[in-house]
Amino acid sequence: MANGDSLRALVSGRALPLREDDVDTDRIIPARYMKGVSFEGLGDYAFRDARFDESGKPKKHPFNESRFAGASILVVNRNFGCGSSREHAPQALARAGIAALVGESFAEIFAGNCVSLGLPAVKVSMEDARELQDLIEADPSLRVEIDLEARQVRAGGERFALSMPESHRKALVTGLWDSTAELLPGLDAARAMSAKLPYLNWARVGS
Amino acid sequence: MSANLFDKVWDMHKIGKLPSGRDQLFIGLHLVHEVTSPQAFAMLAERGLSVAFPDRSFATCDHIVPTDDQSRPFRDPQAEAMMAALEANAAASGIELFGLGSGRQGIVHVIGPELGLTQPGMTIACGDSHTSTHGAFGAIAFGIGTSQVRDVLATQTLAMDRPKVRRISVRGSLGKGVRAKDLILFILYRLGVEGGIGYAYEYAGGAVRSLGMEERMTLCNMSIEGGARAGYVSPDETTFEYMRGRPYAPAAADWGKALAFWRSIASAADASFDDEVELDAAQVEPMVTWGTNPGQGIGISERLPKLAQLPAERREGARAAYAHMGFSEDEPIAGKKINVAFIGSCTNGRISDLREAAAVAKGRKVASGVRALVVPGSMQVAAQAREEGLDKVFTEAGFEFRLAGCSMCLAMNPDKLEGSQLCASSSNRNFIGRQGSARGRTLLMSPAMVAAAAVSGEVVDARSF
Repeated sequence: MANGDSLRALVSGRALPLREDDVDTDRIIPARYMKGVSFEGLGDYAFRDARFDESGKPKKHPFNESRFAGASILVVNRNFGCGSSREHAPQALARAGIAALVGESFAEIFAGNCVSLGLPAVKVSMEDARELQDLIEADPSLRVEIDLEARQVRAGGERFALSMPESHRKALVTGLWDSTAELLPGLDAARAMSAKLPYLNWARVGS
Repeated sequence: MSANLFDKVWDMHKIGKLPSGRDQLFIGLHLVHEVTSPQAFAMLAERGLSVAFPDRSFATCDHIVPTDDQSRPFRDPQAEAMMAALEANAAASGIELFGLGSGRQGIVHVIGPELGLTQPGMTIACGDSHTSTHGAFGAIAFGIGTSQVRDVLATQTLAMDRPKVRRISVRGSLGKGVRAKDLILFILYRLGVEGGIGYAYEYAGGAVRSLGMEERMTLCNMSIEGGARAGYVSPDETTFEYMRGRPYAPAAADWGKALAFWRSIASAADASFDDEVELDAAQVEPMVTWGTNPGQGIGISERLPKLAQLPAERREGARAAYAHMGFSEDEPIAGKKINVAFIGSCTNGRISDLREAAAVAKGRKVASGVRALVVPGSMQVAAQAREEGLDKVFTEAGFEFRLAGCSMCLAMNPDKLEGSQLCASSSNRNFIGRQGSARGRTLLMSPAMVAAAAVSGEVVDARSF
């Protein structure tokens, strides 16, 4: 299933900074927008309550700034995506035009959900994340490149070492990030295991 | 040195290594609810796949169900559509659904254990971050995203990297009136909200051993708030006694085999860990959060931290939290006037939680101007509470006593904060907007502390009741 469209070895584009630690997934997509049976339209509600007050008036937020319009790389700080496991969060970001994230650290479920969507979420040091945010702030037209092969984030002549779980990097670089496709060949082995696991073979109390 | 529980259970469920380098892990129990599953069922259908092990998935509805009037169709057409999708998907796939009116409906992390579905030595996944709750039984239990719900439906397996394991040993015993909720808020305060990334937590030590199963569930439930996707307690006699006779627990004929298996997967005294943390239970007092993440908590007798005394990297977050909460440094947390009191959620919506709160509420009245809700975690909890007369205790004190659901923990249903209301809550997250109002404010605490705040109209030490 690996094809040109699924490769995520290199992502480049303009970027926008979101300077805050511990941004939770309720913030990324408030729960009231999860009342649907599909992910459609979620892009409109990314950071809704951080971007607009209760009367709909825009607040100061990077997603509201025209100078960052069209940016596709989100540069964040520590523990981004903590809290709820909702895949609606990376779905909302992707549908709002975000193709990759760079940050100091990512909550684990969020990072896994990003891989499921083919969205690189790469870590850099605290100093590098802040420097990158400063660079983008100073020049929003700056082109940022995330190179998973070279394990580097490049911007304005600067190079920052990136890290991420090796399995995530490998899946994105080879285009094998569709986990269901990766798992399906193991279905027979799963059936064999279910026959062996002790707790699947006991009689139960019953109602 | 021997393998710890996590490694033993992982190895037993590992099918093999995948091309990406991740392990293919068999999932013994998959729990399904209405919010994170419809898209997964749709993705499955798009690919022409069917549910591989329908007898290993169990579904219920909790997030969007109203807890006042559950008659159908729901007043909220979006909630009704989600409910209908769950019913249709479960029926079409042959997945057992504990639906409204079944008597067994409730919050997914409350009903799994009470039905005996959750068992020691299992791998358990659910599209909900609080799946860590089930670790209380000595299971590997963790939350997953919707694409992974699709993976489990299609293959009963997940592609996972094995985390490291940190043992958190709590020595001594918790003081009178200090609960599991206080302990986990203390752990989050000490280890931080991201300190557990890449780890599973094993909770151990005398203070943890002496907790009942429901308290262990509270402890494991909030592992995710510390960044740890899974948290567990190695099983013991307390665990086994809880399992006995539950509908999906092993029958008498297989009980001996089950006990032998459960004992075999426990962490032995010489088990090794990637990291060890020791805490002293005597240092824990009733905890209250003052900020906008669950690690921002203090003891009831303490004052809000001075910014200058916080580690440099914590100051900006604390400053922003104070701005949202309308609090200032060095104020006492005791005495903060509340508008709403919420007792419920997958953290603290079980019968022991309701008993603890009722003991405080009994013979007292909710303070004027305070809206107080008690929302049982399941219909079985609600029925038990009624049998014990707790519903009367609450309603006579001026609390509303509701039907089962997630209610005001996350505001996907009609129960929400309004404006900048301050809520004493037994739930798990004080994130901005979490309880349904962008300006709403949440103080996390134990059910007894919420009940004490409800009848006092302000934050107060429940031990004084």
